[in-house]
Amino acid sequence: MSVASNPVAGRARKQLAWLDRRVMTRALLESLRKLDPRVQVRNPVMFVVCVGTVVTAAESVARPTVFDWGVTVTLLATVIFANFAEATAESRGRAQAASLRQTRTGTQARRLGAEGREERVSAAELRRGDRVVCEPGDLIPSDGDVVEGVASVDESAVTGESAPVIRESGGDRSAVTGGTRVLSDRIVVQISAEPGQTFLDRMIELVEGANRQKTPNELALTILLAALTIIFIPVCVALAPFAGYAGGQVSVVILVALLVCLIPTTIGALISAIGIAGMDRLVQRNVLAMSGRAVEAAGDVNTLLLDKTGTITLGNRRAEQFYPVGRVAERKLAEAAQLASLADDTPEGRSIVVLAKERFGIRERQLAGEHAIVPFSARTRMSGIDMGGHQIRKGAADAVRAWVEERGGQLPPDLTPLVERLAQAGSTPLVVAENASALGVIELKDVVKAGIRARFDEMRRMGIRTVMVTGDNPLTAATIAAEAGVDDFLAEATPETKLALIRREQEGGRLVAMAGDGTNDAPALAQADVGVAMNTGTMAAKEAGNMVDLDSNPTKLIEVVAIGKQLLITRGALTTFSIANDVAKYFAIIPALFVTTYPQLGALNVLRLHSPHTAVLSAVIFNALVIVALIPLAVRGVRYRPASASALLRRNLLIYGVGGLVAPFVFIKLIDMALAALGLH
Amino acid sequence: MGFGITVLVLALVLALLWRPLGAYMARIYGGEMRWLAWLERPVYRAIGVDPSSEQSWKRYAGATVVFSAVSVVFVYLIERLQGVLPLNPQHLPAVPPLLALNTAISFMTNTNWQNYAGEATMSYLTQMAALAVQQFLSAAVGIQVALVLVRGFSRRESPTVGNFWVDLVRGSIYLLLPISAVMTLVFVSQGAVQTLAGPAHVHDALNGVSQTIPLGPVASMSVIKQLGTNGGGFFNANSADPFENPTGLTNLLEIVLLLCIPFSLTYTFGRMVGSLRQGLALLATMVVLFGAVLGMSLAAEVGPNPAVRAAGVTSQSGGNEVGKETRFGPAASDLFDIASTSTSTGSVDAANDSFTPIGGAGLLVGMMLGEVSPGGVGSGLYTMLLFAVVAVFVGGLMVGRTPEYLGKKIQAREVKLASLGVLMMPVTVLTLAALAVALPAGRSAVLNLGPHGFSEILYAFVSQANNNGSAFAGLSANTAFYNLTGALAMTLGRLGIMLPVLALGGALAAKPKVAETAGTMRTDRPVFVGLLLGTVVLVGGLTFLPALALGPIAESLVGPGRLFG
Repeated sequence: MSVASNPVAGRARKQLAWLDRRVMTRALLESLRKLDPRVQVRNPVMFVVCVGTVVTAAESVARPTVFDWGVTVTLLATVIFANFAEATAESRGRAQAASLRQTRTGTQARRLGAEGREERVSAAELRRGDRVVCEPGDLIPSDGDVVEGVASVDESAVTGESAPVIRESGGDRSAVTGGTRVLSDRIVVQISAEPGQTFLDRMIELVEGANRQKTPNELALTILLAALTIIFIPVCVALAPFAGYAGGQVSVVILVALLVCLIPTTIGALISAIGIAGMDRLVQRNVLAMSGRAVEAAGDVNTLLLDKTGTITLGNRRAEQFYPVGRVAERKLAEAAQLASLADDTPEGRSIVVLAKERFGIRERQLAGEHAIVPFSARTRMSGIDMGGHQIRKGAADAVRAWVEERGGQLPPDLTPLVERLAQAGSTPLVVAENASALGVIELKDVVKAGIRARFDEMRRMGIRTVMVTGDNPLTAATIAAEAGVDDFLAEATPETKLALIRREQEGGRLVAMAGDGTNDAPALAQADVGVAMNTGTMAAKEAGNMVDLDSNPTKLIEVVAIGKQLLITRGALTTFSIANDVAKYFAIIPALFVTTYPQLGALNVLRLHSPHTAVLSAVIFNALVIVALIPLAVRGVRYRPASASALLRRNLLIYGVGGLVAPFVFIKLIDMALAALGLH
Repeated sequence: MGFGITVLVLALVLALLWRPLGAYMARIYGGEMRWLAWLERPVYRAIGVDPSSEQSWKRYAGATVVFSAVSVVFVYLIERLQGVLPLNPQHLPAVPPLLALNTAISFMTNTNWQNYAGEATMSYLTQMAALAVQQFLSAAVGIQVALVLVRGFSRRESPTVGNFWVDLVRGSIYLLLPISAVMTLVFVSQGAVQTLAGPAHVHDALNGVSQTIPLGPVASMSVIKQLGTNGGGFFNANSADPFENPTGLTNLLEIVLLLCIPFSLTYTFGRMVGSLRQGLALLATMVVLFGAVLGMSLAAEVGPNPAVRAAGVTSQSGGNEVGKETRFGPAASDLFDIASTSTSTGSVDAANDSFTPIGGAGLLVGMMLGEVSPGGVGSGLYTMLLFAVVAVFVGGLMVGRTPEYLGKKIQAREVKLASLGVLMMPVTVLTLAALAVALPAGRSAVLNLGPHGFSEILYAFVSQANNNGSAFAGLSANTAFYNLTGALAMTLGRLGIMLPVLALGGALAAKPKVAETAGTMRTDRPVFVGLLLGTVVLVGGLTFLPALALGPIAESLVGPGRLFG
């Protein structure tokens, strides 16, 4: 499904058009509210700017000059811009949370009492283990498992997917989510979540970023930024006595301006917006991460475990070829195969009918006369049809062979080698037999998704190993693995071997990501560093993973990795940019700072800025404006194209390192020219 | 020997030593060296250490602190009691308390800042048993702390980082003592003095002049002073004194001695982490920085001295000869002093104070960058690794992964410790220099006024906080204020960085190694060398640029014509 069909994300996006006045006003108000010192103190860089603003404001009040007020106002703007960046990022989540909350409020539940009596209670009163009845039109009041009945459920409120899904008792499709609507039939749901801890509650909490914790990398970066802030305090404070020794004086306002320009305000102002927006990008792709930590871990993944079916290959095998045996004509085989498959509604069965039509123009026939369908069963491992004395069967080679021999038939000598050859080539051979003679073999093949090979090549360049997981035998698995271009495969996979594989990878120092849906996937999902559970999966799987994909599309694992990387790159790039900016600011401010002490230091004024005052003002104005200019980049994330680490480093160092060195020279000069034109001196 | 050939020979000798000396050090600290086991074992028995036991980083750090404190007390007591102790042919009195304290800390911290003239203050016993012993031990401690950090990278999930006492004994016995013993003989053969007989008294009857020529156990100290990047000379004139540094050959050997261990440690590092290219990347960074600083200073020193020109002397074909030994000349002197300030040595064979403004700025910049080009024995490598951790963190984010260096994830704790280590020096320098220029006690000790005087104060703290020990002169630093603030700067510059380094070593050793893939940022490529260079230059440059502007840059721009008063 496309992102746009998600009403939640879609609605949020519409509200986020850049010039939407309501959102902008709200974010602006929010940025003023965030001036509260208790909020500011959480971000050491911006807190220093706040303190600096207070100092220059006091100085401006005591000895008012246009310059001092200019600096003070610019510093205040710097703080507000930083708040605005955070508020903008948060506003997206708010909009999503609001629409989710509407779903939740005022749901009534029909709880089943001890003797099967129903009572109406509010959804908030439901405890784990309660049983509720839901009928068409009812909202399912809370998370739970269907224990009785089967129903079609509209989950669009949570997933955005408008096509209803089937939920039934028992098996892997029993989980229902609170806030979704029953469309048909009556089901009894056993509640599995305590109030306030439902999937929907957690989702609201997540998109709102209410309890946002700093992720490990964000924490490490905050420490580095704090260190870069601390170091510049003595640098600036010491300048007062240093200049005094030289017989000059420096203004406190200029010193504060220098400090603010030197500490990494750009990244300091944007760091939380980057984190919030990173989570939000996942939500837009309909993936819910249970923690920011999981998003970062996604960027670190070394090994991707991908289920063959549905991820690497199209869900189903397709008939490719008819191989008659003995003296049988191919057409006869095709006819028999088609007859045996007419009543077979599986995709494999339908593909046989299609192939027969393509090859020999055999039309679909109405089964006339006396006939009996023999459905597939796990015991016989065959299906087919009995009509007019003809018994046609198709199925696994050994099963059909046994069936033929039971009837006293002879197997043509070329059958067994043929079956073996096909199996070795990675195909699934289905043997077709009529009465006591084997007619031939249908070759069923897995169809590898278009373009998947290119994506795996991309992964390899990023240093990510792809491992295909399949229940097939090693031969089949190897063939498909080679065709799809994965690095490795795990054949005849069981939950235990999957878990063992993850452990082995982790012992080698690799981080593992996987997608899964069944209850038996839960241990592996929990063990993996990034476990993406499919929303169609069981509650157990969803609990075990650290992400849930509402679209239930396992291929999305690849996108999740890219989002994780993009988040880290954005942080690193803006940090580099922020630090590289300092060089130009020095060249603007130092000559201005010591102009009375050593006029000769004017030789360092390489930008030929108009006057000391315009030089300092241009530097702080640039410093404030660059925050606003970079908000879109912080929220959207820097462009990420899969490439090797070396290529990425080279590219980003060039853009954000060298660019960060050069850009402020240009813009400070332009701002200075503008200030001079305005008559400042 | 022409200067160009000197540089070539120096480069060739260092290149030839890089691998064997680096490998030798790796084997010493890996416990593979046994040829002096007969000397090693009795020492372990005497100090009660089991050579096979290991320590956690906390116990290792504890031992470092305790050993440093004991060293200070020991040196202090000998200085105070030298008047009543033997081997004092000049009958020198006890060293005054604050000077004794400053000197004790100076030699424990490998700084060798000398607020005294050795030949007129310290007895032979003090020079040998207190100061020269510390020149061995402080060097050994520096190297082993770097080795702990290297072990942090090479070990996986290890609770221990080595044994302080075992490393100390091995570094001294296998590395410093044998090289010093051999080289002392070479120095003596070249004419360096080595005697316990006391000063020579010369009477010139013709002119009626008497002269006392101080002698002493000089050659032995000259070697370890360079080899251990200590810098504290027997004589006040240090390596400009012909008894300490008699010939052009010893001058070259002194430069080789002070550069060989710091450069070769990059080989030790590469070998221990299992990739020579990793060591080469650090070496390349060091060489580029060294070359840049030397080039800048040299360009100024081989040109004319602006002050001399202003005085009306037009021909200065030999370059800035002021304050240079005529035996060596401006270029070779500049090479020696830049090598000495770029390591944490601080010995000099010329008067740093008489360098041209930009030539002198070269000396300052070598230290301000944190002494990583190549830095002191051990301290150069561990400081460079701190910068590398910071560079890896920022660069690693830019490739979209949790940053990792040599398979170790660089997370909050590592960033915190590396930042602390990197911040310690500049914060110490700027705070104390600001204090010095703000207080009368600090200002009154300066002989020169204007930017040059400021450079002298700045230089003093930059030198001490980097454990370098060279001085810009012009500063009467033997005062209560400078003895105490200097002692503080030296201690913070030593233990204030060593403790975070040891903690970092412990944190890294405890971590598992993550696998390297194409998605891992390579730290053995030119791009990373560029990133590391940028980090060192930006951190050093951004913190000291304003101070440099008020010192050498102002002096150079203002020119010698202006008088400050």
